[in-house]
Amino acid sequence: MDFLTLLQVLDSSLRLATPLLLACLAGLFSERAGIFDIGLEGKMLAAAFLSAAIAATTGSVWLGLLAGIGASLLLSAIHGLASITLRGDQIISGVAINFLAAGLTVVISQDWFGQGGRTPPLLSGGRFEPLNLPGAVPAKEISQAGPFMQLYSELFSGHSLLVYVALLMVPLTWFVLYKTRFGLRLRAVGENPAAVDTAGISVVGLRYAAVCICGILCGIAGAYMATALQAGFVKDMSAGRGFIALAALIFAKWRPWYALGACLLFGFFFAVDNRFQNILLPAWVMSGVLLALGCGLFAYVRNKTLLDRIVLGGLGLGLAIVATLITLSNLSAGLDSMIKIPVVFIQSLPYVLTVVVLAGFVGKAIPPRSGGVAYVKEK
Amino acid sequence: MDVMPKWADVVLVPLISLIIAALLSALLILAIGESPVAALKLMIEGTLLRSSGWGYMLYYTTNFIFTGLAVSVAFHAALFNIGGEGQAMMGGLGVALVCLFIPWPHWSFAIIGASLGAAVFGMIWAGLPAYLQAKRGSHIVITTIMFNFIAAGVLNFFLVGALKPKGSMDPATANFPASTHLPTFEDMASLMGFEKMFRAAPANVSFFLALVACVLVWFLIWRTPLGYEIRAMGKSEPAARYAGIGSVKIIMVAMMISGALSGMMAINTTQGESERLILNFTEGAGFIGIAVALMGRSHPLGVLLAALLFGFLYQGGAELALWTKIPRELIVVIQALVILFTGALSLMVRGPLERLFLSLRQRG
Repeated sequence: MDFLTLLQVLDSSLRLATPLLLACLAGLFSERAGIFDIGLEGKMLAAAFLSAAIAATTGSVWLGLLAGIGASLLLSAIHGLASITLRGDQIISGVAINFLAAGLTVVISQDWFGQGGRTPPLLSGGRFEPLNLPGAVPAKEISQAGPFMQLYSELFSGHSLLVYVALLMVPLTWFVLYKTRFGLRLRAVGENPAAVDTAGISVVGLRYAAVCICGILCGIAGAYMATALQAGFVKDMSAGRGFIALAALIFAKWRPWYALGACLLFGFFFAVDNRFQNILLPAWVMSGVLLALGCGLFAYVRNKTLLDRIVLGGLGLGLAIVATLITLSNLSAGLDSMIKIPVVFIQSLPYVLTVVVLAGFVGKAIPPRSGGVAYVKEK
Repeated sequence: MDVMPKWADVVLVPLISLIIAALLSALLILAIGESPVAALKLMIEGTLLRSSGWGYMLYYTTNFIFTGLAVSVAFHAALFNIGGEGQAMMGGLGVALVCLFIPWPHWSFAIIGASLGAAVFGMIWAGLPAYLQAKRGSHIVITTIMFNFIAAGVLNFFLVGALKPKGSMDPATANFPASTHLPTFEDMASLMGFEKMFRAAPANVSFFLALVACVLVWFLIWRTPLGYEIRAMGKSEPAARYAGIGSVKIIMVAMMISGALSGMMAINTTQGESERLILNFTEGAGFIGIAVALMGRSHPLGVLLAALLFGFLYQGGAELALWTKIPRELIVVIQALVILFTGALSLMVRGPLERLFLSLRQRG
C-alpha cells in the first residue's frame, strides 16, 4: 500500500467518522446530563430525510440543514417530554423514537416524492460541496505532488463544511463542559441532580437544554449524511450509525477528545471495509492470535467463581476451537498460506470493542451516575 | 397506595394508549390522502374475513408471542432485553444446524430438537450480556444492542460461507429435509376434512408451541419459587438481596429464559415457513416484542392478546400496501406510537385516569 492509498483511506475515514462524531457528541451532552438517549439513530434518520426533502424542493442546502435540525429537535422534544417531564423510561422512549423515525420517514417520503421511500437526488446547491483549502492541488494532479502536499490536499482539504464543523465541535464541547459554569452544572446534573437542585438551579431546565443541544447536533449529523456524504435520502440510510455513535460514546467513556478518537477509529473500520474487499493474513497469525486470546481467558478465570469459569472459559474454549479449525483446514496448504478475514469481522469490530470496554477488561467505562433515572423533586 | 382499581390499570391504560395511537395513525392516513375508515375496512377484510388472512395473522402472532414473552420475562426481573432480534437470529442458526445435520424421522421429533437448538443458541446469546451485567456491571441495554449487531454479523458470516450450499448465489442454507417440515394450518385443516382452508398461509404448528410457552411462562412467573424470586428482584433488588435472593443468579436465569424464548421464534419462521435459514428472517419481530410486552403488561394473557393485535396489524398492513398507497411502514409508526404511549408516556395516560378514579372515590 503506497502513501497516497493510505491517505485516501484516512480521508474516507474522516468523512465517514463525521456523522458518528456529531451524533456521539450529541449523546455526550444528553448522557452527561443524565438522559440516556438510544434515539440518536432515529433523530439522525429524521434529520437526514427532512434535510434532503427540503433541499430537494427548495434547492437550498441551508434551508435543508435548518429543516433537518428542526426534525431532530422535534423528536428531542418528545424524548424530553417523556423522560424529563413525565419521568417515563428513557430507554423505551428512545426505542419508540427510533421506530417513529424509521416509519414516518418512509411513509412521508413515499407520499411526498413517490419514489419508494427516497428523495430525488440532490443537485448542486442542494448539497454541501467540498471546500478546497487554499493551495491544495486538484485531484487530477495529486499523484505528482510531494508527500506533504498530498497530505494537505487529500486529507485536510476537500471536505464539506460540516466535516470542519464537526471537528470544531470537539474543542467547543470540551470547553463548554469543562470550562463554563453551564458545563459544570450540566455534568453535575448527570451525577447528582439533588445537589444541583439544592443549589437552586433548575434540574429540568438543564436537562431540557442538554436534550436540545443533542437534538441540534443529531440534526447536523443527519443533514450531513443526506446532503454531503450522499446526495439524497434513502430509506433506513442511517444504517445503525446512531448505535455506533452510542458505542463510540461508551468507548470514549463520555469524554469529548476520546470521542474524537473513538469515532475516527470506527470511521477507519468503515473506510477499510469500503476500500478493501479482501484482507489477507497468514493462517498462523490468525490462529495464533485466537489461541492467545483463548489461553488468556483461561488464565484469567483460573481462580474465579464457577460462573466466570463457565462463561469466560466457554468463550476461551470457543476461540481455541476456531483456532484449531483454522489450523487444521490450512494444514495441507501450509501455515504460511494467506486466508481472508471475513468482511463481517471488520464490520462487527466496533460492537465487539464496545462490549469489551463495557465489560471493563480494558479500562472500565462508568456512565454518569444518575443516567437513566428521572429526577423527582422532594416535596 | 393503589389509586386505581386493578382492572383499570390492566385494561384501561393499554386500551386508551391504543386508542390514542390509532387516532394519530388515522390522522397520518388522512394526511397522505387516504380514508382511515376504508383502510380499517380493508385491513379487517384482508385479515379476519378470510381463512388465509387468519393464517398469515397467526403466523405473525406466533413470532410476536415468543418475542413478547421474552421481553416480559426480562421485564419481571427489571431487565430490559432489547436483544431479542439478535437472540432470534442465533436461534435461527440453532434451528438450521439441528434440521440440516440430524436425520429426523418425523417432524414431531424434529420440532423438539429444533426447539432445543433454538433455545440453547438464544440462551447463549442472552447469557453473555447477562453475565456482563451480573458480574461486570455493564449496562444490559447497551450490551444487548451490540449483541444484535454482532449476531447479524455472525449470521451473515455463516450464510455467505460455511452453510451456503455450493453453487448457490443467495445467502441462505440448503432447504431442510422434508421430514423436518412442519404441518401448516392448511395441512391440518385438510386432514380434518376442510379443504381450501388457510390456503398457502404460513401459520403452522409452532403457533401451538407459542400457546404452550404462554402457559409455561405464566406458571413459571406466578407459580414457582423461581418466578417469585424473579419478581422480587424486579420490584426491589435490595429487598430481594436482603431476603437471600442472589441477583447474579436471577439476572442470569431470567435473561437466559428470555433469550431461549426469543430464539424459539425462529422455529416458526425458519423451520415452519421458509424451510431454510435466510438473512433477515426476523424482520424486526425481536423489537416488536418490546411493544407487545409493554402493551400486554408483561402478563402472558396480555402478551397473547397484544401479539394477536400486532399480527392483525402486520397482515392488515401488508393488505394496505397491496391495495392502497399506504406503505407497510405505517405499521412501524403504529408500533412506535404504542411503545411511546404504553411505555414512555404512560404517565400521560395514567395521570388523568388516576385523578379521575381519585375524585370518583372521594365522591363515593
